Order: sequence, then structure tokens, then C-alpha cells
Amino acid sequence: MFEVRVTAEPFDSAHEQARLAALGPDVGALVGFTGLVRDHPLLIEHYPGMAERAIRRVLDEVCTRRALLGAIVIHRFGQLAVGEPIVLVMTAARHRAHAFAAAWQLMDYLKTEAPFWKKAPTGWVEARAADERARAAWTAR
Amino acid sequence: MIRLLYFAWVRERIGTGEETIEIPGELSLSELVGLLAGRSPGHAAALADRARLRAAVNHEFAAWDARVAPGDEVAIFPPVTGG
Repeated sequence: MFEVRVTAEPFDSAHEQARLAALGPDVGALVGFTGLVRDHPLLIEHYPGMAERAIRRVLDEVCTRRALLGAIVIHRFGQLAVGEPIVLVMTAARHRAHAFAAAWQLMDYLKTEAPFWKKAPTGWVEARAADERARAAWTAR
Repeated sequence: MIRLLYFAWVRERIGTGEETIEIPGELSLSELVGLLAGRSPGHAAALADRARLRAAVNHEFAAWDARVAPGDEVAIFPPVTGG
């Protein structure tokens, strides 16, 4: 199961984790990252069509380097309040090393390659150079 | 005809998220942006600083020297800030 969802709806991390855990007896490691709206509400704009495709491409690329048994990536859009989940990356593998590395790499890639934009009450959030460096570091490894 | 999509502050400055334009034939993204900048003061303001812009052609990120042709979908937007 390698699933990508771009949605306005909230998600339930525990439910998604249970789905990955049920993949089979060889699943020995599950790693999940949930990104939350921090400090102030956010409007998340996205490019429908390209967003799903870009995340799918990122997932395919990470899968060529990590022995994953499954992964779920969910990214929300729309108006979100402080504390609400924005993004979920969850990976399933036989062992923790691949699950951890894949989840981390997926997040670093998403930050720079998925067409989403955040608007805070003070204006559009600027892209961070640190995110570009984090993304570039994976190809140097 | 090219379908154009704008996102985030690019969309706000231009005043619309989508428009179509006729182009004579194939041209580079760079030439297309130059053409668009002349359409209105909002276009000019949104497209003035190319270093702050990114583009996609048919849902793929594209460099400014990429070629676009009638029938393509071109999106122009700021660097992404998802995740």
C-alpha cells in the first residue's frame, strides 16, 4: 500500500497506522510524522492535480532507496486552525532504519517539491533556504 | 492557446487564478513571462522578479528556458511552502 491523498478533510493518524500495521506479519517498524498548524491559523493553497502527482513522484523516488512495505502521505489544504494536522507521512518497513529514513526523506522532499503554499494572517509564508539545504543533502548522501 | 494558472501571491497580484492566451507558436517560458508581464500593471508587479517565481508546464516543474506550445498548461507561483 503506497497511498497519496490531498484533501481538505482532517485525518486520523491512529487509523492510518492501523492500516499499515495490518499489511502483513513482516511489518516490524512503523514511523509516522504529523505536521501541525503552529502559532497562528493557516490557509493552505495547492495546485490540484500537480500536488498529487508531485507527492507520488517523491514517494516513488524514496521507494527506490528504502525497503518499504508501505507508506501513506496525506497533505491537507484549506483554512486550518492552530493545532490542526496539516501533513502526515507514515512508513512501514521490516526494520526501523528504513522506516525512519524514508519518513524523514519524504518530509524533506515534500517541503520543496509539492506545490502547496501557506498563508498566515500576516501574509504568505516565505520558502526557507534551510528546507532547500535539507532536500539537497539527501542527494549528496 | 495556453492555459495559465497562478497561485498564492502571484494569483493575488494578477487578480485571477486562471486565464488563457493565444500564442503564435512555440516559445520559451521566459518569453511567455515577458509577454504576460505586459498584460496589466498587476501582471507586471507579479512577474517582475523572476528569482522569486517558479513555474510548471503540464504539472512538471520547469526551468525558464523550457519550451511551451499551444495546448500546454503553464503554472506560475512562488517557491512552495507546504509540509
